[in-house]
Amino acid sequence: MSDAPLLSARSVTKRFGGRTACRDVSFDLWPGEVLGIVGESGSGKTTLLNCLAGRLEPDGGSVAYETASMGTVDVHGLSEARRRLLARTEWGFVNQDARDGLRMGVSAGANIGERLMAIGARHYGEIRGTASDWLTRVEIDLDRLDDRPTTFSGGMCQRLQIARNLVSSPRLVFMDEPTGGLDVSVQARILDLLRGLVERFHLSAVLVTHDLGVARLLTHRLMVMQGGAVIEQGLTDQVLDDPQHAYTQMLVASILPV
Amino acid sequence: MLPVLRVSGLNKSFVMHAQGGLALRVLEDVALSVAPGECVALVGPSGAGKSTLLRSLYGNYRPQSGSIRIRHRDAWVELANAEPRTTLDVRRHTLGFVSQFLRVIPRVATVDVVAEPMLRLGATPEEARHRAEFLLGLLGIPARLWQLPPATFSGGEQQRVNIARSLIADYPVLLLDEPTASLDVANRDGVIDLIRQRRDAGAAIVGIFHDVAVRDALATRLHNVALPGAQT
Repeated sequence: MSDAPLLSARSVTKRFGGRTACRDVSFDLWPGEVLGIVGESGSGKTTLLNCLAGRLEPDGGSVAYETASMGTVDVHGLSEARRRLLARTEWGFVNQDARDGLRMGVSAGANIGERLMAIGARHYGEIRGTASDWLTRVEIDLDRLDDRPTTFSGGMCQRLQIARNLVSSPRLVFMDEPTGGLDVSVQARILDLLRGLVERFHLSAVLVTHDLGVARLLTHRLMVMQGGAVIEQGLTDQVLDDPQHAYTQMLVASILPV
Repeated sequence: MLPVLRVSGLNKSFVMHAQGGLALRVLEDVALSVAPGECVALVGPSGAGKSTLLRSLYGNYRPQSGSIRIRHRDAWVELANAEPRTTLDVRRHTLGFVSQFLRVIPRVATVDVVAEPMLRLGATPEEARHRAEFLLGLLGIPARLWQLPPATFSGGEQQRVNIARSLIADYPVLLLDEPTASLDVANRDGVIDLIRQRRDAGAAIVGIFHDVAVRDALATRLHNVALPGAQT
């Protein structure tokens, strides 16, 4: 087992005006772990994710990240330029709405290639080759390589966004409801894809979802949030099979059987 | 043989908040030791807490107090209220669980469902696939089904896929929850043979066997389970 956490949050707190969106959250994410953050809409999941990924400045607390080459850094103590570099080279961020994570005006191939160029790839043929590999890996027909994502379905856009994020071999991926708003059959395909990629590339990830089925399938550990606070955490199967907190028991009891 | 699993003073209650905080005491001061080559059958009436004990041993249920120690990577590891990554590492390398039900993963071929735990332990894809096919064959799953996802299989077929998946990694400690519950006699005997081989090869096993013939074939010892306060 690895002896240094990849990401450490300590007492992360974020307020919007008088409202505390996320209160005093602390945890360690270890290499190869997929951590799920679950809870209802408005519980503070996405705010926490954005604080972890450096997209929002917390009002209190800190987030430390163990980089590949520069030792441990304070995510919010970095300059904007350094943080962007980190986000481009070591992290991925999969948005719920793929249009927020893609460049809609350029081709699918360019969307993937752009990430490679950001980490220094320059050989056009190799970039195109790698882009083609990833298009196949996310099950998009190769003859769509030069099409813009504006011509893609919602599920295809989401798969393209995943390819764009994973092509640069990130060490840590943040995901915000990656299957939210998609048809169930499309959702199953993306879950299967993500599960395979996480396993194959030994990815570490923080995944926000309100869907406990998605959490069961993809995550090792869960944190349950209510009203901005983490009220329960543990192994995913512990939290779902033996929920301790009244709110978690209610969430688990609310799953509709099929 | 020295034990590889030691349970002592284990207490587990369930507090149901939707029922006004009703507390249900299920395990009280449970003690159990299991050595390599032993198969301990948990016995007791339905609802006595056999599954709760088994799930607590796997780290699936969280006990209020007590100790569950297991030999893992040549050291004793405390599983009761362990860090998630400790429990995951123990499950990956040391502790297997065979349940009655397969949690189906959409779109993944049966052979890959079975091979997965071995891949995680670092086996090559060829090795893992080969071993998966061997186990599936042994458990009577026809080769024409191996490339299909098990979602549409019968209950008995899914259960055998699950057994193959749970036994592919040669765990030194195995927990079995009704491993033969929905199997016909021929398939049941295949599963018994497989588990007996594991036991005789030195696995330490704790199991719930509803079927007395299966229990007689596998158990080296019985362990009574009763609700706190119940007559035993």
